[in-house]
Amino acid sequence: MGRPQSVPRRTAQAAGEPMLRVEDLSIKFVRRGQEPTIAVDSISFDVQAGQTVGLVGESGCGKSVTALAIMGLLPPRGNRVEGEIHFDGTDLLSLSDKQMRDRRGQELAMVFQDPLSSLNPVVPLGVQVCEVLERHKGMRHGAARRRSAELLDKVGVPDPTRRLDEYPHQLSGGMRQRALIAMALACEPRLLIADEPTTALDVTIQAQILALLKELVTESGTALVMITHDLGVVAGLCDQVNVLYGGRIVERADRFELFARPRHPYTNGLLASIPRLNSPRGQRLKPVPGSVADNIPWQVGCAFSPRCGAASELCRAEAPHLERDEGGAGHEIRCHHPVGRPSESADDARSAQDE
Amino acid sequence: MLGYLIRRILQMLLALGVLSILLFAWLRLLPGGPVSALLGDRGTDEDRANLEAALGLDQPIYVQYLKFMGRIFHGEFGPSTGVRPGYDAMEIFLDRLPATIELSFLAMLIAVSLAIPLGYLAASKRGRLLDNGLIAVSLVGVAIPVFFLAFVLKYYFAVKLGVLPPSGRNSIGIEGTRVTGMFLLDGVLTGEWDVAWDAARHLILPALALATIPFAVIFRITRASVLEVLDEDYVRTARAKGLTSRVLRGRHVLRNALIPVVTTIGLQIGALLSGAVLTERVFNVRGLGQALALGFETRDYTVLQVLVMMAALIYIVVNLIVDLTYAFIDPRVRLG
Ligand SMILES: Nc1ncnc2c1ncn2[C@@H]1O[C@H](COP(=O)(O)OP(=O)(O)O)[C@@H](O)[C@H]1O
Ligand SMILES: [Mg+2]
Repeated sequence: MGRPQSVPRRTAQAAGEPMLRVEDLSIKFVRRGQEPTIAVDSISFDVQAGQTVGLVGESGCGKSVTALAIMGLLPPRGNRVEGEIHFDGTDLLSLSDKQMRDRRGQELAMVFQDPLSSLNPVVPLGVQVCEVLERHKGMRHGAARRRSAELLDKVGVPDPTRRLDEYPHQLSGGMRQRALIAMALACEPRLLIADEPTTALDVTIQAQILALLKELVTESGTALVMITHDLGVVAGLCDQVNVLYGGRIVERADRFELFARPRHPYTNGLLASIPRLNSPRGQRLKPVPGSVADNIPWQVGCAFSPRCGAASELCRAEAPHLERDEGGAGHEIRCHHPVGRPSESADDARSAQDE
Repeated sequence: MLGYLIRRILQMLLALGVLSILLFAWLRLLPGGPVSALLGDRGTDEDRANLEAALGLDQPIYVQYLKFMGRIFHGEFGPSTGVRPGYDAMEIFLDRLPATIELSFLAMLIAVSLAIPLGYLAASKRGRLLDNGLIAVSLVGVAIPVFFLAFVLKYYFAVKLGVLPPSGRNSIGIEGTRVTGMFLLDGVLTGEWDVAWDAARHLILPALALATIPFAVIFRITRASVLEVLDEDYVRTARAKGLTSRVLRGRHVLRNALIPVVTTIGLQIGALLSGAVLTERVFNVRGLGQALALGFETRDYTVLQVLVMMAALIYIVVNLIVDLTYAFIDPRVRLG
């Protein structure tokens, strides 16, 4: 009676079903003798084929955990995952380990935050690219090596054939991240999740890697889930943006709408904290005051209220729901007192992006 | 690479030189000496003086040392006084070496081939019953004195059950053709299977006794190291590729986890040599350990000096090989 293992692409799209549909996903970490930590609290979002979707929020808001849940890479014990993750009509959470292994690297791929620690230090780079092709494409060694060199070349690693026999420590951070992108895209997956892929890199390299990702996904039609704490990264890249706070989505809109009319005070604060290229040197950024650590659970009220200038008694007593904003098409927001007008800082941020 | 090797060899010679001086002095500081060991309470003062002069022990210690070293450069190590009087110490060493190598090698083989898979298994079942059980076994393994374990094994399997021979290296009447002096290997090489089988039966108990400590130590290092590697980002990357568990375990986890294990194996070889002294004694194996014990009882200065120095040489060479292996598994290590 199980559901079909994989629905052919056309059927899924004809039915209007998005390629990835995360529905009411909750992730709790449980440890014996301790209160469970709610890392992700009933979040839902869609990714259409070929679309780029941002997951944005401060550290600790549940971005990585969400990505790992989609990939089936959460630790085998100590956590409870609820909800559904439909990929091409199949609920990934209902699949066996073996079925997930067949999809990982093949249809779903991921690039991680720290390229320095994400490559195996004692295995030549070539082997680390080839193994994906050998595993999923059934390629023989020679063919896999040739294809690996092509892939490295495509992501901009110079002298790729020689690099195949080198070890990760012989490459710079930027080159390693390029190599990791090559590995992730080796089997032309339908979905790529990039978890803060530029956070560990130099600023100049960051821009190059983002441009590369954008170019590759546009060219291949791969859908991209871009995870970042930096709205500046989202600005040039994402079609849809989901802003997370304390394990819940607090605002969702398409990119232009979000930058033009941020409604949630938290989004507003994030926009104000984007560094601007034309700001005087040494000028302090304006981060959102406070930190996620002093949040209150959503169960009691709005988790953002302790840090929110507009918070009222209502906010502390009752958690707002994610609701459609009448003004913008598809704009959703979880706030009792949304920001009315586009703020000055949002305009600044946009002009910063345009430069 | 060549420069590195030359430097390591020079270091090795220096270490051996220093050891030879210290050892020479220490042996002569032991109460008693070859003369009283040979003569006991018998013999007049004159006999003693004569014997002392004959052994060259009446000369100042530095003269004795220089003569000893001088002889070595002529390929002569000096005669034994107690272990096998009259024979050259090196001859005794070479005669005893195969038995000890065979025993130690087998013990290490048992230890490594059990400890690495079980260490991996324990790590992947972290915190479960199996993991805790294996940790307990390894704790017992380190805690039991080798000497005691050897006695228990011998008593139970050889004396009580009688399924394995209690001592020696071969049964009376089963003498194979000598090739290397390692009876098991010789039996296999010459195709004398009865000889090989007989040698194997004699080796099992002493090898098991000798294997316990290296097993326990290597097991714990493997477990800890695998646990650490399982948490590494590159293992997560490998998982994200959907690799089969065979590739994941072998290429990504084990290859990294083995780096500290290799070092430990090298260091354990030193412990093996001292364990062999006890094990060979209990099972009456005519190996280096037994010769060392005998040399001690008879205050056989020359044999002790040569045996200990050769053991040190073996230890140093093995650890040089370990370091080379290390550089081979871990490309980040640069020899130089
Ligand atoms: N293995 C784990 N065990 C317990 N708690 C975890 C674990 N992984 C993540 N968490 C918790 O889940 C929350 C979200 O983490 P994460 O998704 O890594 O945040 P980020 O948005 O920075 O990527 C954090 O509060 C973190 O402490
Ligand atoms: Mg994260």
